[in-house]
Amino acid sequence: MSSNSRFVPLVLETDTSLIMIKNYLHSTCKIFLFVFTLISVSFSAYSQEIPKEPAAISAGKQIFDSNCKACHRVHQKLVGPALAGVYDRAPSIDWIKSFVKNSSAVIASGDAYAVNLFNEYNKTTMTSFSSFKDQDIMNVLAYIQDETIKGPGEQPGQKQKVVDGPKEEGVPATYLNVLLVGMIVILILLVVILAFLVSSLKRFLDQKALTEEEKEVVHSPITAGTIASSRGFIFVVAFLVGALGFKAVINGLYSVGIQQGYAPKQPIAFSHKIHAGQYEIDCKYCHVGVMKGKSATIPSVNICMNCHNQIKSGTTTGEGEIAKIVRAYNENRPIEWVRIHNLPDLAYFNHAQHVNVAGVECQTCHGPVQEMDVVRQHSLLTMGWCIDCHRKTDVNTKGNAYYDKLVELHNAKSKGNMKVENIGGLECSKCHY
Amino acid sequence: MEESKKIYWKGIEQLANNPEFVKHAHHEFAPAPPVDEEDPGHSRRDFLKMMGFGMAAVSLAACEAPIRKAIPYVNKPVDIDPSIANYYASTYINGGDYCSIVVKTREGRPIKVDGNALSNVTKGGTSAQVEASVLSLYDNDRLRGPKAGGKKIDWKDLDTQVIAKLSEIAGKGGQIRIVSNTVLSPSTKAVIEKFKAKYPTTQHIQYDQTSHYGMLKANEESFGTAMIPSYDFSKANTIVSIAADFLNSWGSSIENTKQYGKSREVSEEKRDMSRHYQFESIMTITGANADYRTQIKPSEEGAVAVQLYNLIAAKAGRATVSGGMEKPNLSRAADELWENRGKALVVAGSNDRAVQVVVNAINDMLGSYGTTILPGLPVNFRQGNDEAMTSFVTELEGGKIDGVIFYNANPVYDHPQGEKIAAALKNVSLSVATSYKEEETGTLVNFLAPDHHYLESWNDAEPKKNHYSLSQPAITPIFKSRAAQESFLTWAGAADTDYFEFVKENWRNWFFKNQTIDFQSFWDKCLYDGVYELPVEGGSVTFGANVGNAANAIANNYKSGGMELVIYENGTVGNGSQANNPLLQELPEPVTKAVWDHYVTVSPKDAAGISFSESISKYATIKANGKEVRVPVLVQPGQAQGTIGIAVGYGRTKAGKVADGIGVNAYPLIASINNSLSYSAVNVDFQITGDTYQIAQTQTHNTYMGRATVIQETSLAEYKDDSYQKKKYKPEIHTWKEESHKSDPEKLSIWKNHDYNNHHWGMAIDLNTCTGCAACVVACNVENNVALVGREEVINRREMHWLRIDRYYSSSASIDDWKGLEEAADNPEVVFQPMLCQHCNNAPCETVCPVAATTHSTEGLNQMTYNRCIGTRYCANNCPYKVRRFNWFKYHDNRQFENVNTAMNTDLGKMVLNPDVTVRSRGVMEKCSFCVQRIQLGKLNAKKERRPLEDGEVVTACQASCSTGAIVFGDMNNPNSRISKLLKIRPLDPNRPHINDKEADNPRAYAVLEEINVRPNIFYLTKVRNKEEVKA
Repeated sequence: MSSNSRFVPLVLETDTSLIMIKNYLHSTCKIFLFVFTLISVSFSAYSQEIPKEPAAISAGKQIFDSNCKACHRVHQKLVGPALAGVYDRAPSIDWIKSFVKNSSAVIASGDAYAVNLFNEYNKTTMTSFSSFKDQDIMNVLAYIQDETIKGPGEQPGQKQKVVDGPKEEGVPATYLNVLLVGMIVILILLVVILAFLVSSLKRFLDQKALTEEEKEVVHSPITAGTIASSRGFIFVVAFLVGALGFKAVINGLYSVGIQQGYAPKQPIAFSHKIHAGQYEIDCKYCHVGVMKGKSATIPSVNICMNCHNQIKSGTTTGEGEIAKIVRAYNENRPIEWVRIHNLPDLAYFNHAQHVNVAGVECQTCHGPVQEMDVVRQHSLLTMGWCIDCHRKTDVNTKGNAYYDKLVELHNAKSKGNMKVENIGGLECSKCHY
Repeated sequence: MEESKKIYWKGIEQLANNPEFVKHAHHEFAPAPPVDEEDPGHSRRDFLKMMGFGMAAVSLAACEAPIRKAIPYVNKPVDIDPSIANYYASTYINGGDYCSIVVKTREGRPIKVDGNALSNVTKGGTSAQVEASVLSLYDNDRLRGPKAGGKKIDWKDLDTQVIAKLSEIAGKGGQIRIVSNTVLSPSTKAVIEKFKAKYPTTQHIQYDQTSHYGMLKANEESFGTAMIPSYDFSKANTIVSIAADFLNSWGSSIENTKQYGKSREVSEEKRDMSRHYQFESIMTITGANADYRTQIKPSEEGAVAVQLYNLIAAKAGRATVSGGMEKPNLSRAADELWENRGKALVVAGSNDRAVQVVVNAINDMLGSYGTTILPGLPVNFRQGNDEAMTSFVTELEGGKIDGVIFYNANPVYDHPQGEKIAAALKNVSLSVATSYKEEETGTLVNFLAPDHHYLESWNDAEPKKNHYSLSQPAITPIFKSRAAQESFLTWAGAADTDYFEFVKENWRNWFFKNQTIDFQSFWDKCLYDGVYELPVEGGSVTFGANVGNAANAIANNYKSGGMELVIYENGTVGNGSQANNPLLQELPEPVTKAVWDHYVTVSPKDAAGISFSESISKYATIKANGKEVRVPVLVQPGQAQGTIGIAVGYGRTKAGKVADGIGVNAYPLIASINNSLSYSAVNVDFQITGDTYQIAQTQTHNTYMGRATVIQETSLAEYKDDSYQKKKYKPEIHTWKEESHKSDPEKLSIWKNHDYNNHHWGMAIDLNTCTGCAACVVACNVENNVALVGREEVINRREMHWLRIDRYYSSSASIDDWKGLEEAADNPEVVFQPMLCQHCNNAPCETVCPVAATTHSTEGLNQMTYNRCIGTRYCANNCPYKVRRFNWFKYHDNRQFENVNTAMNTDLGKMVLNPDVTVRSRGVMEKCSFCVQRIQLGKLNAKKERRPLEDGEVVTACQASCSTGAIVFGDMNNPNSRISKLLKIRPLDPNRPHINDKEADNPRAYAVLEEINVRPNIFYLTKVRNKEEVKA
């Protein structure tokens, strides 16, 4: 197949005067900044409005994780203030709502609380979340309230680290070792027994009357030379060499084009461990295309600048690496990242299908990215690997009317869950066209 | 129809059963490309070489992971997401050709053009040239920037020099001319007015390659205003066309095609259709669609019009005029026109005002004005003035003109007097060309000030009165070009030269009235829609011309004599302005099926001495209008005896690597009669020479060997009373099982049925509304990155088109003897049949693939997996429809194909490729995929929104491009889908509605080659001819 068939999404000059007329997709909310002050005035009356149902809390957590977490924590001051108890200290719940929806308007209106806040956080405005409904904001507050009550002891995310260890399958290693030692002992015993046999046979023959020729045979010395020139030895050695060579070639051929573990040096020493692990920024916050289309997209520099407008110095690399982003932004020069996951051109893969529709976690294929300082290719990315997953995975049909008819037909025929395989997930033209 | 004796044949070769044809028909593949003759087999050295290469390749592949960069935006525009397409409404403008379009862009690159359904002019229709225009954007022969005297120059310097020259000319009162094709844009006209205001000696001269000046003048004579009215073919029950190729080059052809398709549609509810009479010399695509086609000579066009006038005048009680000539079908046509008064339409292709006056008089008697002709809705497509152009050439030659600006026009090539212009240009002190390419005219001027391609430009257009249309850029200008309007404004010394602001301001002043929204919203809405339309009053006219004088003029001007010549625009390269587009060069001409070649069409009887063989034709010399050209002969069934036809659009010398050197320029053969250009000539010296030549034609490629049931047709009468259903071909196969020893082939199968739980994709193609225009072929090429292979490879029968349009001739004459053969080829009926992968449910290709590279999907698709294919070609051998295409070569990044497959061989050309479709490499098979990438996208969109897939969300490229709606694609599992309703889909087993066994209950529906029971997912709808009887 050609290497020119599919274009890597590139930066192309785009005419700013272009007016987009179709695809009025809602724009992703991007620039996140800070809010809310630390002035602790208690308006406990307001907190009563905040819902306490677990459903609201979990919905709030979801919104918080994907929208707010890049800048805010509940118990920790980050780009923006810690939000614990914000419902009590802010002027009113309505104030919070209007600030979240359009912070700059509130500041512009001259609201003293907002202006104070604005000044305190270096005059950086928080992104407007105009698409949020009041209910969404209440759910987020429900989550914050829940976390506030729980207290800072539990750090979500710490628990997660234990999860993804590879599971041992089959016979434990120690057991294998015991087996191996046992077999070696048995082999040595066999050799010893055979040596006894040979010597006793020799002695038995010596007692008989033998011709000179026969004696020569019986007493011929066993030297390295005689062993090396014996047929059996040559056969065994040739067989072993041949078999090992064959195995090496087959292994080599199977690994052609596989880049598992590929971790190239990037132009900027960006650490997912800090961003996704330590600061728990949602993957989708930066990889904005992942829910929409084929390409998850490497974030454009303006997304980095949402936070790095504010944060100029890193914990491990100091100012040098972040300065590279700022320079790229100021000079309007794109950053040339090295592509890690290289699917062959003949394979079509769509992130939206897997992440949006199927609800697959990023880590399922990309591994524990939140623990990687340097990202590496975690999975094999071979066709066998894809197919294996399609065979094992249930289709995420919940709440998706597209699948209703398929589920009905599947359940009429079969008792098992509907796997991807059952709805044509192994067909060629799902990925090759 | 088994009962009928009707035979169908693709070309004269097949009719004559030429040995060469037979040989090719029995071999699925042309011989494989030759290997070095010296290599008799494989030697030990080959083995070692292979080993060495293998080892090297493996070790290289194992250790080196090529570094691939992923480069994101610095500032990502909100609306552009990598891998997600954006669509922009815009307007295709090429001279007077117009189409409202929607441009699909990926990552800022236009990759496909579709019709815009919101326009009331083109109504979502497109043509082959519109579809192909996206590749012209990435033409490697485009100008990179402005030039002066052949050298690169800065825009600033160019402006200084041009302004200095203009001021000098203006200072001494010298004459300035702006020469262009028809200008549709009101804003551009306003720009030219500004230019004129600064330089008052300026005159703007418009001309058209296919002039309609005669019509303009005739309408002025008849009704007092020089305009061309709108025509509505959809309202006509009887259509008579006297040599007007209205489906291809006459008038607003996209609109005509759309309306014509509507009038030809039949269904259970609408069991009536129009009847179409065509009187013409060459076999045009319009004539091929006619019910009754009469051959006339070009000199007889006027006489036929007069005869028709007299016949109708007799019925209407008006005075008859002298002249006229009886022709077959003419009196029948007159009777029916008169019966269908108010629902009748007569059009003529002649550019002679006298002929058009007579036609106007006929339409007046028939009450066509206000019904099928809308004089209140004049069109602007052809504003060219032949007289003004002629006087311009005279003035230019006389040295009376000091400055001339060619605004996107190339008269040196495409005007009959181009040679004179070329010679005279040397003496003009200032000459400027603004075309986006250098072209023939551009090489002769002082200054080249390249305009953007239309896909890079802001513009507007007024194709019809009160119908406005906006053009917006879909890409940043690739080269250092500048909008021609900005050039004009700069040279006119305007303060603000931004043409975008200029257009916007004009729209604010002209159209932003009585709106309830603010201007920005109004403007955004117009941009979103692409069009802005205001109601038009009906308008009525009173005919006031003297028919007698016109008849006399006709009698005086036209004397039949000798061999007569027709100069026409064909359906592929058209007027030649897009000749450098390989998509058009490799598109088989709808009627002749020739590609990459220029030829003269000759009737079979006049071609005596030329063997009816595909591979050998002979050159002929043609002398007309004092010019002589030499082109090969193409024997065209249906061509009137005593006439020859030659297409314009070829013989380019400065168009670029693709088009240069193909054929000869036919424009100089055009003479002037009655003050307008005449596209015909009499007493032409036509000599067939001894030199042989092979024309690349696809017509007999991919023939079904001995299988005759590919086309089914009937007459309207039989369709109306359902008697055709008895005659319909229903194959039976012999079996021991049944009493009668005969059985429906569908009952016998070794196949298990497929379960299609989700979707069952299918297609219906209406042979009645398919006009054979071939826009779908180009659309398919662009959508699916289909390689173009060039003339030599087409001759080797290796064209790659996934979708071909089979053109069949038929006649009732027996072919047993030479006489019958002559009759059959004289004036045959024509059927067009789009043929593509039929996505058989019992697919013969799938069973023979040794590596399972072609398999069946759970949605009814026959999938082709390129990366699995090892190139055995068994599948193509086993395909009864011959729709599989094999990559004999690597067509991309291959110098051999650089000048024919430009989309895959240069960085610029590659920008047009669809990133969602793999570019196939050498040694793999490919074929129609039912646009699986569009299916997958449609499904994903539905899944993302957590809803079922709606009908109409997935549209294949061919369907989208079809102006007449002949192609319908959809989910046959969905009982409410358009295709299910059209075909009346009924599952054979009501308990298992999702298996593939579905019957189409529409009585017109049939599957091609039903007897072999491969159960295609494509159904064809029987062609209905509106003839009194099918000759049988």
